[in-house]
Amino acid sequence: MKRVVITGAGTVNALAQDVAGTLAAFQEGRCGITALDIPDIDRLSIKIGGQVHGWDPEAHFNRQQIVLFDKFTQFTLVAARQAIAQSGLNFDGRLGNEAGVVLGTAGGGVNTWDENYRAVYADGKNRVHPFVVPKLMNNAAASHVSMEFNLRGPSFTVATACASSNHAMGQAFHMIRSGMSRAMVTGGSESMLCFGGIKAWEGLRVMSRDACRPFSLTRNGMVQGEGAAVFVFEELEHARKRKAEILAEVVGFAMTSDAADIVMPSRQGAARAIAGALKDARLNVSDVGYINAHGTGTAANDKTECAAVADVFGPQADHVMISSTKAMHGHLIGGTGAVELLACIMALRDGIIAPTIGYQEPDPECALDVVPNVAREARVEAAISNAFAFGGLNAVLALRRM
Amino acid sequence: MTTSVEDKVLAILAEQAGLDVADVTLDSTLDSLGVDSLGVVEAIFAIEETFDISVPFNANAPQEGGFDLTSVGSIAAAVQGLIDSQAA
Repeated sequence: MKRVVITGAGTVNALAQDVAGTLAAFQEGRCGITALDIPDIDRLSIKIGGQVHGWDPEAHFNRQQIVLFDKFTQFTLVAARQAIAQSGLNFDGRLGNEAGVVLGTAGGGVNTWDENYRAVYADGKNRVHPFVVPKLMNNAAASHVSMEFNLRGPSFTVATACASSNHAMGQAFHMIRSGMSRAMVTGGSESMLCFGGIKAWEGLRVMSRDACRPFSLTRNGMVQGEGAAVFVFEELEHARKRKAEILAEVVGFAMTSDAADIVMPSRQGAARAIAGALKDARLNVSDVGYINAHGTGTAANDKTECAAVADVFGPQADHVMISSTKAMHGHLIGGTGAVELLACIMALRDGIIAPTIGYQEPDPECALDVVPNVAREARVEAAISNAFAFGGLNAVLALRRM
Repeated sequence: MTTSVEDKVLAILAEQAGLDVADVTLDSTLDSLGVDSLGVVEAIFAIEETFDISVPFNANAPQEGGFDLTSVGSIAAAVQGLIDSQAA
């Protein structure tokens, strides 16, 4: 089996439009959740989100591209450019025949659906722009990354709701580990902060109107975010030979299905995914210093997740740090695992643990070290990143310091 | 019109529980009817649509909005309260 390392990272999210800015925000414990600036906000009861403010498509794309790229594709491309530039890889030669793009998104071009439904239903128009379909399709982002960077290997998009990015990165990891490819571009993105995208979530009655407070007794729900994160996964020897800078090693991955409920999470399903990732990585629980939690700030997730961690880690659960960065960037749904992997990389590489901000009061049912409100310095050998999706689909990645 | 509100709430919860209206009383609890968390959200949606009201309910903090979900009777009373206050 080949070893897999990360040699490039890029992101656009509510905290910053690059990795350096995002990590700085993680260290400061800065909150990127603000009042939403979208049409028809007065008809929404949820008025906050982790929105990417000051997004300027013209700074990144020409007119023809903007017409063709939904915002989830725009976020992805900008993040991919950063990641590939950092990796220093070029895919024009033989490497491009095997290197592909595996991305996660739950909704794909939600803004495009929203705008065009508005045009035909609300505004009574009988004609839509000819590019609506290629703009909204879930694989648009992966395809445009493949085209821009000449990636001609296996490319596809994974949609497993809130676990999409973790499932996607798991596939990329497997492809390199098995020897199928020496490099893959992977991660995920989401852009659902539009009237229809928020209205749908409102209906479920799980959204907070004021803040995302994971693990805090006072939490009252999740807050949506938007953005993307993209990584270059590369075979270790290939990276070493060209003296690439290695951000972290990807050492394990596991997926499980609860086979139980379409929205309620399962302690067993989550625990099996966490234990599976550790086993796959050949890590002991005592090796893991940091867990990036799914930590949505809902009553159901946070209790279940803490119980699952306690089940797997046993007495060691009291010694592991677990934080949810969703309180800072919001829940990026299908893109969330990708942005959150940055917190794992920061823990391993920089020895800084991103905090769980918005934390007010301990919840006896979430009695773990959730790194409340303030970032912490700590040397971490291994970290895991949890994602537990609606539909009971769980995906956990394990990373190790290089 | 209190009876009418109670009758409609009974009918909504019976439908949600998959029971005959005759088997649901004002003393029935959601648990006893087998209505789970997703069922509660759906029943509240049906109540909002039926009575044209907005119910302050967050699944993460069910007690917070002051909408008493203890029993069918308490729900009907809360609905009546909302109709009175939101009509004003």
